[in-house]
Amino acid sequence: MSMPFYVAPEQVMKDRADYARKGIARGRSLLGCIYSGGILLCAENPSKSLHKISEIYDRIAFAGVGKYNEFDQLRVAGVRHADTKGYAYSRDDVDARSLANVYASYLGQVFTHEMKPLEVEILVAELGRNHQGHSQLFHILYDGTVMDESHFTVLGGDSEAISRRFGDAYSEEMSLSAALKAAVSALAGPERSISAGDVEAAVLEDSNGRRTFRRLGPSELTELLAG
Amino acid sequence: MNLPIFNPVEDPGPSFFATLERLGMSPFRRLESSLAESISLPHGTTILAFKYADGVVMAGDRRATEGNFIAHRRIEKVFAADRYSGVAIAGAAGPAVEMVRLFQTQLEHYEKVEGVVLSLEGKANQLAQMIRANLPMAMQGLAVVPLFAGWDHIRSSGRIFTYDLTGGKYEEVAFQTTGSGGRDAKGTIKAGLKGAPLERRQALELAVSALVEASEEDSATGGPDLNRGIFPVVATITGEGFAFASDEELEEITRNVIEARKGIGGGQ
Repeated sequence: MSMPFYVAPEQVMKDRADYARKGIARGRSLLGCIYSGGILLCAENPSKSLHKISEIYDRIAFAGVGKYNEFDQLRVAGVRHADTKGYAYSRDDVDARSLANVYASYLGQVFTHEMKPLEVEILVAELGRNHQGHSQLFHILYDGTVMDESHFTVLGGDSEAISRRFGDAYSEEMSLSAALKAAVSALAGPERSISAGDVEAAVLEDSNGRRTFRRLGPSELTELLAG
Repeated sequence: MNLPIFNPVEDPGPSFFATLERLGMSPFRRLESSLAESISLPHGTTILAFKYADGVVMAGDRRATEGNFIAHRRIEKVFAADRYSGVAIAGAAGPAVEMVRLFQTQLEHYEKVEGVVLSLEGKANQLAQMIRANLPMAMQGLAVVPLFAGWDHIRSSGRIFTYDLTGGKYEEVAFQTTGSGGRDAKGTIKAGLKGAPLERRQALELAVSALVEASEEDSATGGPDLNRGIFPVVATITGEGFAFASDEELEEITRNVIEARKGIGGGQ
C-alpha cells in the first residue's frame, strides 16, 4: 500500500498563494481612489463588454482583477447579497463593510479548503454619505485578507510600483480629471502609455441621484484625459 | 447573511425572484386558511393611465379603504418601476405594495447582473409572472391588479399594459383605468382623448379631472383635499424618463379643474 507524502501545511499554503499570485499577475492592474467629488475606479481593459468594474448597489461598486470568470461570479454574488439584503431590510442597511466581510470569508474558505484558490483580487468601494470623509475602499486578496484603505489602493500584479507612482501625484482634493490622468499614467508606468480606448473607468458620485454609480463613456474619458 | 454563490447548474441567473426562492425568501406563499376573505384589509382604489403627446400619464387617487372605513388618506398608488417605467396599483394594498417593491428590485437586479436594461416588453412580462405567482393569494381575496406603463426605447413610444388576476397581459392602444372608481374615470378620459394628442399640461388636467369625477361617483375613491393639501399622484413617463408632477403644480391644476366643474351636471 502506498503512503501519501507528508507535506507541511506551511508548504501547502505557500504553494497555493504562489499559484494565486501568479494567476493574478498575468492580468492588468486596477486602481481605486477617493477624489474631491467621490470615488474613481480605473483599469486598463481593452475589452468594451467584459467589465472589471461594476455597480453593486446604490453607493457600492465592485472591481476585480485576475481570472474573469471567478471575479465575475463574485460580482454577481455581491449584487445578489446586496439586493436581497436591501429587499429584506431596507436600502439604508446595505453597506460595503458587511459585503467585504462576506467576500473575505468566502475567499478564505476556498483558499484553505478547496483544491485551487481563486485567482482574484477584488475591491469593494463605498461612497460615504457625508461626502469623502466616510468613503471606504475594501481591498480583498485571494486568501481572504481584507485591507481597509481610506485614500487609494491598487489591485493586481505590479501593485507596489503603481502605488508608488500614484502616491506621488495623489491628493484627496484632486478633481476627477486630475485623478484619472494620474491613475492612467501610474497604471501605464514610465515606459508606455495607455490610450483612452483601453481605459475602463467608473465613478461613484452623489450628483448621479440614488444610484451613484456611473461609467465614464469613451467621449467623456477622452475629454477628461485631455483636459 | 451568506454569500449567495450557486453552482452553475442551479444558478438563478439575473432573476431576483428566483434568487429569493433559492434562499427560501419568496414572498408568494399560499395562505394556510381562507381567513383573508373575512378580515378587512386596506384596499387601494382608482388608478389610470393614458397616452399623450410625449408619452404616458399615470395617476391614482390617495384613498385606501377597509370596508366602508377610510383606512388612509395619503396612500400612494403610483410608483417608478425604474427610470423609464412606472407601475400603479389597485386592490389589496399590502400585497400590492410588496409586489411593487419586488418588481423594482427585480428590474434593477437584472440590469446590474446582466449589464443591460430589460426591454419594456420584458419588464411587462416579468410583472405578469409576479401576478400569476400571486394567484393563490388572489383566490383568497388578496387580489392585486396593477397598470404598467413605460417608454419603449426600441419603438420610441410610450406603451400601456393591463393585467388580469391570472397574469394575463394586455396592451392598450390609448388608455386604461382600474379599481373601484375606474369606470367613472374612464368616461372622462374617453371624452378627453378625442382630438389631437394632448400636451403635458392638458394631460395632467385630464388625469386630475378623471379622478375628481371618480371621487364624486365612487365612495372608495378620494377626491383632492385642498384643506389638507392632499392631491392625486400624477406621473409622466417620456423619453426623458419617469417624473412625478410636483404638489405645487398639482395644486394649481386641481384648483382649475374644480373651478371648471362648477355647475356640472346641472348642480345635481
